Amino acid sequence: MSLIGVVAEQPGEARVAATPETVKKILALGYKVVVQKGAGAQASFPDEAYAKAGAKIVTAVAAWKSDIVLKVAAPTSTEIQRMRKGAILVGLLSPAFNPKLLKALAKRGVTALAMDAVPRISRAQSMDVLSSMANIAGYRAVVEAANEFGRFFTGQVTAAGKVPPAKVLVAGAGVAGLAAIGAASSLGAIVRATDPRPEVADQVKSIGGEYLAVEIGEKMQSSDGYAKATSKAYDKRAAEIYTEQAKDVDIIVTTALIPGRPAPKLITAKDVAQMKPGSVIVDMAAAQGGNVEGTVAGKRVVTKNGVIILGYTDLPSRLPQQSSQLYGTNLVNLLNLLTPSKNGKTVIDFEDVVQRAVTVVKEGKITWPPPPVQVSAAPVAAAPAAVEIKEKKKMSARTRGALIALGFAALVGLISFAPPPLPQHFLVLTLAIVVGYYVIGKVHHALHTPLMSVTNAISGIVVVAAILQITDSNMLVQVLAAVGVLLASINVFGGFAVTSRMLKMFTKGDK
Amino acid sequence: MSAVAIANAAYIAAALLFIMSLAGLSKHESGKTGIRYGIAGMAIAMAATIWLTLSGQWDSSTSFGFILLVIALVVGAVIGLWRAKVVAMTGMPELIALFHSFVGLTAVLVGWNGALHAGELAPELVGIHRAEVFIGVFIGAVTFTGSIVAYLKLSAKMSSKPLILPGRNLLNLLALVGFFALTVGYVNTPDLWLLIAVTALALALGWHLVASIGGGDMPVVVSMLNSYSGWAAAATGFLLSNDLLIVTGALVGSSGAYLSYIMCKAMNRSFISVIFGGYGIEAPSESAEETGEHTEIDASSAAELLAAAKSVVITPGYGMAVAQAQYPVAELAKRLREKGVEVRFGIHPVAGRLPGHMNVLLAEAKVPYDIVLEMDEINDDLRQTSVVLVIGANDTVNPAATENPGSPIAGMPVLKVWEAENVIVFKRSMASGYAGVANPLFYRDNTRMLFGDAKERVEDILKAL
Repeated sequence: MSLIGVVAEQPGEARVAATPETVKKILALGYKVVVQKGAGAQASFPDEAYAKAGAKIVTAVAAWKSDIVLKVAAPTSTEIQRMRKGAILVGLLSPAFNPKLLKALAKRGVTALAMDAVPRISRAQSMDVLSSMANIAGYRAVVEAANEFGRFFTGQVTAAGKVPPAKVLVAGAGVAGLAAIGAASSLGAIVRATDPRPEVADQVKSIGGEYLAVEIGEKMQSSDGYAKATSKAYDKRAAEIYTEQAKDVDIIVTTALIPGRPAPKLITAKDVAQMKPGSVIVDMAAAQGGNVEGTVAGKRVVTKNGVIILGYTDLPSRLPQQSSQLYGTNLVNLLNLLTPSKNGKTVIDFEDVVQRAVTVVKEGKITWPPPPVQVSAAPVAAAPAAVEIKEKKKMSARTRGALIALGFAALVGLISFAPPPLPQHFLVLTLAIVVGYYVIGKVHHALHTPLMSVTNAISGIVVVAAILQITDSNMLVQVLAAVGVLLASINVFGGFAVTSRMLKMFTKGDK
Repeated sequence: MSAVAIANAAYIAAALLFIMSLAGLSKHESGKTGIRYGIAGMAIAMAATIWLTLSGQWDSSTSFGFILLVIALVVGAVIGLWRAKVVAMTGMPELIALFHSFVGLTAVLVGWNGALHAGELAPELVGIHRAEVFIGVFIGAVTFTGSIVAYLKLSAKMSSKPLILPGRNLLNLLALVGFFALTVGYVNTPDLWLLIAVTALALALGWHLVASIGGGDMPVVVSMLNSYSGWAAAATGFLLSNDLLIVTGALVGSSGAYLSYIMCKAMNRSFISVIFGGYGIEAPSESAEETGEHTEIDASSAAELLAAAKSVVITPGYGMAVAQAQYPVAELAKRLREKGVEVRFGIHPVAGRLPGHMNVLLAEAKVPYDIVLEMDEINDDLRQTSVVLVIGANDTVNPAATENPGSPIAGMPVLKVWEAENVIVFKRSMASGYAGVANPLFYRDNTRMLFGDAKERVEDILKAL
């Protein structure tokens, strides 16, 4: 049974890797949990709450000595030294940007799992920290902007005059972008959004935004669920859109990130210079260099013309209680995957794409980057196997006419040669067939079952035939006829009874 | 005024009443009047026939026949009314199939009687009479065993998989040729063994026809058998020279055939292949296996999703009938409507094992019929729907039908549930549907699977609301 340690973060990081609620779930997987004293204080989770959930409160040294260390931010070199050899570290390690960290971890001989390396496949959604954090960050970005912005978001008509609604531009409609669009539009702003993937247009619309399409003949298909770098023609047209929008909007939230690369510059210094004084820009890509020229990571900058540029990189951490809860749940889901028998024993299975992808260092060896996985968030349609599709042969009008004529001729021939009672019977038969066809023609689909059961009752008319034979002089005939009457009358009575039972149930709503 | 004349007048009245009955049944509002017409027609027809039979000379066989008649009618009525009263609405398809078999068997008996006692006939009619006996017995026997097989399949007493005999189309054809040969033989020399042979042949053919049709086509089969039972009645009409039987039989026969045709169109099935017992149906080819990752959801999250929805569409299938989930589903719809959520039902024409089966079940659970819509009425609205609940349906909501030309169900019109914002699929497991086709819907990004018994899961959602 392994011991799991939840350690406190460095100053500046308010989140914590486990909440009292997620501690309970970890315990249910068969692990023992220790929590460093005061680890959850900044996220408003007191030590008592952890103790109550079943964790032991210990010193920092003891927590770091655990078999599995749960953390939010990447560890410092001193912290790495505190770990036991062979232990497992779980946290946000950004393996693509932190080769040094990976080396240090490998040197220490630990296994490191990077939560931000979870592949974007449906099965791994429940562990996708980037999504859960981006969601929080997108919301917080709008809240930060609202805090700096000197006006209402929503338009109002008051006795003191008319207030126009704020106009918000969101660049990039990923998880963060969509959260920002949702938050801004529910505050009442007019929200516009850009994204190189045209298929997000519907998602943007569904949460109240307006999608600004970059109209060039290029389409972006992403096979791994993230946006890719764009072409030159595209960038040119997009830049024009940003320039136009910068003049018009009050708030810009940029979220454009391309995995493993510096953030694309979307808003130039010129664009910023054209914005109205008091406008706010929140650059959510600040940590990767920023989408906006002039952003300083982690800082609030005011330009000469009075535009506020926020380069905060700790947006999720500014909502510590919420983000700790979601991050903690993501961790529990990962532990769930790593503990197949729920007995507190961790097994890392390299055959599993999710486990392979998150493991960046295994027992002192760097295993980053993982082999590429085609995960197809938008599956590329497989060409259907060569299947012969049989064309239905449509009868030509002429063959059709010929067949009808032939049928008529046969009927006429048959009837004109048939002896006396038959022609009359055929007449009746033919007319009845036509009547039956027309009567049923407009039946409401919902009534098919009652209709079938009533025609079934009516076909019990065969009882008439049996009745006609029942007074025959031959006793065998009489008995057979009686059996016929019995069977057919089951039909008649049962059929009508069950039909009326059904019809009674059909009632019209009064609403 | 002779008894025959009065009977004929009564027959015309009865025939008209039957036509009005069928016409009435095509609308909800006139349905109840329609059935009254039907009952009146049947009462008049039976009364007139009984009077006609007994009005002749009264002798010992008449009185014996009268006693038999009374007993048979009373026993038949009691059994019929009792079955109609106790049947569960989910068991309707089986009951109707069973009822069809009775008509078939009666037609066989009437045919045999016609052979055993030919009566006096004009010489030129003797041959025709014998042919009529054969036709009546043949259609009746096919209907009889066909309906029995349908009943067994529907009530799961027999595997619903199609029985695939080698050269089954040839077998059917041979049976028809054999029937023709036997008829010719019987017209020339009316031997009893020929009659026995044709009965056996027809019984075997009826069995084989329906046994070789898969469970997915059962709604069409039941409707087709309905039509056959009508033709069986019409055939006895020819035999007994009775116009009422011909009229009524033909009415039922042609309306049933047309109904089957409508349904075949709804399933994109060839009408001919269903009539001739799976003619031309190939075993579904192993199409590109659709696999992927599905996402599960639990009842409480589903409840949250529903409570926050603007509009909800519920698409039930046979699974709802099996789980008897119609009551909790109706309750769910009612609760959501009270919360101001727009709730509607989308019914695929062949959902269930009988046309309109779902409508009957929902009506039983007191779902108002004006929120129960047909596929064509709702399909365009699905795009604007927040949540679609797929309860026990599979093939009728399979996107492969429209997207994958290699799929065995390609071209079948389906409910486009995947266009909605969210889809929750209630399902026992990841098994494929009746048609044996994998369903890519389950792996869509906007689809959530809610596993377990449909009834229990819906009740869980109700609790969570």
